Amino acid sequence: MGELDIAQVVALSLYVSITATVLTSLVGLPLGAFLALKRFRGSWLMRTGVYTLFALPSVVVGLVVYTMLSHSGPLGVLDWLWTPIGMVLAESVLIFPLVTGLTMSAVSDVDESVRLTIRTLGASNRQLMMRVMHEARFGIFGAVMVGFGRAISEVGAVWMVGGNIKGSTQVITTAIMQQTQMGDFGTSFALAGILLIIAFVVFFVIREIQERG
Amino acid sequence: MGLAIEAAGISKSYGGPAVLSSVNLKVEAGELFAILGPSGSGKSTLLRILDLLEQPDQGEVTFGGPESILWDGQRLRRRMTMLLQRSMMFRDTVFGNVAYGLRLRGLQEREIRDRVLNALGDVGLQGFERRKALTLSGGEAQRVAFARAIAIEPEVLFLDEFTANLDPPNIRMLESALAAYRQKTGCTVVLVSHNPFQAQRLAKRCLFLYQGEVLGSGPIDDVRRLDDDRTVAFFRGDLI
Amino acid sequence: MNKTKWLILVVVVIAVVLVAAGLAISGAFSPAESRLILATTTSTQNSGLLDFILPDFKSKYGVKVDVVAVGSGLALENAKRGDADVVLSHAPSLEAPFMDQGYGIFKWRVMYNQYAVVGPSGDPAGVGNAWSVTVAFKKIADNSSTFLSRSDNSGTYTKEMQIWALAGLDAGQFGSWYNEVGKGMEDTLMMADELGGYTLTDEGTYFTLIQTLGIVELFRNDTVLFNQYSVIPVNPAKNLNVNVKYAVLFAEWIVGPETQELIASYTANGHQLFFPNAEP
Repeated sequence: MGELDIAQVVALSLYVSITATVLTSLVGLPLGAFLALKRFRGSWLMRTGVYTLFALPSVVVGLVVYTMLSHSGPLGVLDWLWTPIGMVLAESVLIFPLVTGLTMSAVSDVDESVRLTIRTLGASNRQLMMRVMHEARFGIFGAVMVGFGRAISEVGAVWMVGGNIKGSTQVITTAIMQQTQMGDFGTSFALAGILLIIAFVVFFVIREIQERG
Repeated sequence: MGLAIEAAGISKSYGGPAVLSSVNLKVEAGELFAILGPSGSGKSTLLRILDLLEQPDQGEVTFGGPESILWDGQRLRRRMTMLLQRSMMFRDTVFGNVAYGLRLRGLQEREIRDRVLNALGDVGLQGFERRKALTLSGGEAQRVAFARAIAIEPEVLFLDEFTANLDPPNIRMLESALAAYRQKTGCTVVLVSHNPFQAQRLAKRCLFLYQGEVLGSGPIDDVRRLDDDRTVAFFRGDLI
Repeated sequence: MNKTKWLILVVVVIAVVLVAAGLAISGAFSPAESRLILATTTSTQNSGLLDFILPDFKSKYGVKVDVVAVGSGLALENAKRGDADVVLSHAPSLEAPFMDQGYGIFKWRVMYNQYAVVGPSGDPAGVGNAWSVTVAFKKIADNSSTFLSRSDNSGTYTKEMQIWALAGLDAGQFGSWYNEVGKGMEDTLMMADELGGYTLTDEGTYFTLIQTLGIVELFRNDTVLFNQYSVIPVNPAKNLNVNVKYAVLFAEWIVGPETQELIASYTANGHQLFFPNAEP
């Protein structure tokens, strides 16, 4: 039985999840706030669409991204299949609706009167959005954390796009899956424990930064 | 010196019966004008339209002053501000709240600091800067909101029942802060109230709104004596 | 607002750095020749054979072999799409159309292992007394003993279906004693263990798990149970990006005498798992 390179597996899990979360948040947070604040033709449809995507199975995401990145697919030239960057793409697609939708929720929760106050004090539309997001920051923080949690716990999509290649595209979750398949429950539980500890540390560090900031 | 305001033929509905019907209004530069009426008469809607926060379905609002002023929506809106009945505090310190409008306008931190401390002094809340605004009592929050409003030195102040939820000491404090601010800057004040006694205390001219229609406008004493059951009942304090 | 703008800037910079890093790691795989993708089955990967022999390829040719392990059907599917450079599979019935359709350059024998029928040590159906595997299966059906079928597109499942067909039985008509579990070999063995049922397994996986299982080997050594592994380099004519040079080198290496000996020397729990049989 080959040796499981725990360091590689943990490092890649962290890399893929963090990168996907950062990228998704950069787009999803302003988009979510925008959809919550602005009423334009079709905005109701878009908001409902985002919530609907909450139910998107990760297997479907994996399959779609795989077909796109496959060498016989539209994005085959990128050569991103079986690589970490391909896994980042799959994870980003997966958690994007979640992060955007939860941000939408948090921003919608900000009282109408708060928005009125912001506007009457002279805010431009951009300043309004920034302040409302600031007011909704706990909910938005939650959205980002849910995104990260979902990303780091994903198995199917990263297996399909990454290939679970020993030594290069194996992550904690796919390693757990493989070890379990092989009947090695001990290693599986150990890996699961590591994953939870990592998640705890990440959340803890972010909270600390948030409290200080 | 404050701006003069003129509104002509303002009508508004939210898809149902009209909230405002053909409202006309003239406020002189620097005066304290009251908009009176029972709840549901459309006063808050009118105020929001005057503050350029909402568009009327019909009619228009124009502003004038000692010099002629160009119509520039954003910049014009920044010369006015409104205080709500129940002011919303931001998730921030008292200082952060009062400084917000100033930061929007890109003022220097040093000037912001001066203006914030002065404004807090004007409402009797010196020393409150570091307090978390969401932990304040209703009266304190309302005073912070007032400080937040005057810190930006508006030329028009819209007050939507701004003392309706306060106890007498707080009411007195805010009314005197208002008087002091008017004294200092000559700003225009449009006061919405369902309390006729406060109106008579503070304003000389008013407009009486009932279910979106103007029943009377002009000097308060004249409006008070209008031959209309509803007006009479209102000024007696019976119509809320 | 300044604090916020600063924060956004920091996040954007972090994002750019992360993506650049990812592209760099991933790009390091891209130089067409430095990476060889071997598509194979989960049971082959999980046996540990590849971990044992692949370092030899790396030291001889300097190229790392990346193993993507899925079911036989999917491995061949991957190859058809140009997502694998070389395939190591053991499903002749699926390999035949694959070669016919021109997806492989050539197909060479590499090694074999055996399938066996395993089941509860009490052997209620009397499988141990059968003289051929078709008889063994008939006995299980007649006795309505619990039987677990992988029912995925794996080589093992294909073999199982072949045996039912040889026995003249239609698996579609079986009663509830026939369980289609849709799982990998290890999972299926563990389930069979728990339910005290019979199943068809490759010996490789069985010996790997032997310590943890209660079920035992009851029937083996029928030629039908021969599980032939073949290596197929993928045809670049269908997919230009295939790493042909090293795919062919890999095939040559794996059938070469040194690697064949290496394969024979691989054991799990004291049992040899694979028997090299490349054409000399």
